[in-house]
Amino acid sequence: MKREMLERLVAARRKNQSVVLLRGLSSGRQLLIDDMGTYGDTADVPDELLQRAREALRRDGAVTVEIAEERYLLQIFSSPPRLIIIGAVHIAQALIPMARIAGYKVTLIDPRTAFASSERFPDTDISNEWPEKIMPGLSLDCRTAVITLSHDAKIDEPALRAALESEAFYIGALGSKKNHAKRLKRLAEHGFSDATLARIAGPIGLSLGGRSPAEIAISILAQIIQSRYGRED
Amino acid sequence: MTQAGVTDRDPQDLVELALEWRQSGKSVALATVVQTWGSSPRPAGSNLVIADDGSFEGSVSGGCVEGEVIRAAMEVIRDGRQQMLEFGVTDDEAWQVGLACGGQIQILVEPVE
Repeated sequence: MKREMLERLVAARRKNQSVVLLRGLSSGRQLLIDDMGTYGDTADVPDELLQRAREALRRDGAVTVEIAEERYLLQIFSSPPRLIIIGAVHIAQALIPMARIAGYKVTLIDPRTAFASSERFPDTDISNEWPEKIMPGLSLDCRTAVITLSHDAKIDEPALRAALESEAFYIGALGSKKNHAKRLKRLAEHGFSDATLARIAGPIGLSLGGRSPAEIAISILAQIIQSRYGRED
Repeated sequence: MTQAGVTDRDPQDLVELALEWRQSGKSVALATVVQTWGSSPRPAGSNLVIADDGSFEGSVSGGCVEGEVIRAAMEVIRDGRQQMLEFGVTDDEAWQVGLACGGQIQILVEPVE
């Protein structure tokens, strides 16, 4: 691969842009396509190839296509999925490194600075804002999961309301069945329908039986992954 | 971001690593799973980055064919020409370097200029 293609790819990735890297498997043609344009060996590119590349931008992974007797590899580099965690609690300390290994870009939110400190959460993107203030600016999209762990309704519920109004693919709330029922009642008073409230996984996590913070973190991450790929229990 | 002990990096981190290694003066090859048939452990688009000093990161299989891919990568780094590798149970070599899962994979190994 040409060095300039690699540089452009890495630069686009740093800006969280989705990119398709295209290789002609016998011609050696190299193209990079992002939202801004097409770069590389751009002379005489078949229209159909550009069309297929634009379609591919919406997916993950890689596909091969055959156009005009040439086989092309389209490798898609989409923006990483995001995990927004509200509540800088013990479970979050276990969950954050696991989520990172699984490829998630993690943001931790907790207005309680004693909880959300860089000593307790090294190398973590931390916000000490209140969720109601910061959540609207996070553009929660269909590649974002939101979970609330603080056990404090003042912190958790504004975050849940923001998540319910977004396209987040997963919303989970820590708390017992009893507390979750009360929480749903309060959220319903804000005008959310039962169908909308059913988007919240509560009590959070797959039922694995574990009790330690690390075990609960695994059950949460497992449920997020299951939800991302549209699988049921 | 780099984390100690994590070897199964995301392809996105792997292209970044390929660039880092290249910028630090190493010669580098990039292996990419082009297509898979049947059961195979890593999907199309998975990457393995190989440097001329023998270091590598990522994966293109469950570990079954990486050795052979790294060997081919050294050739690619030496002669600057990309190679297309195929592995599967129908291959004679499969008994040594095939996929235990019975799948078939095609892997592109290209030099990073």
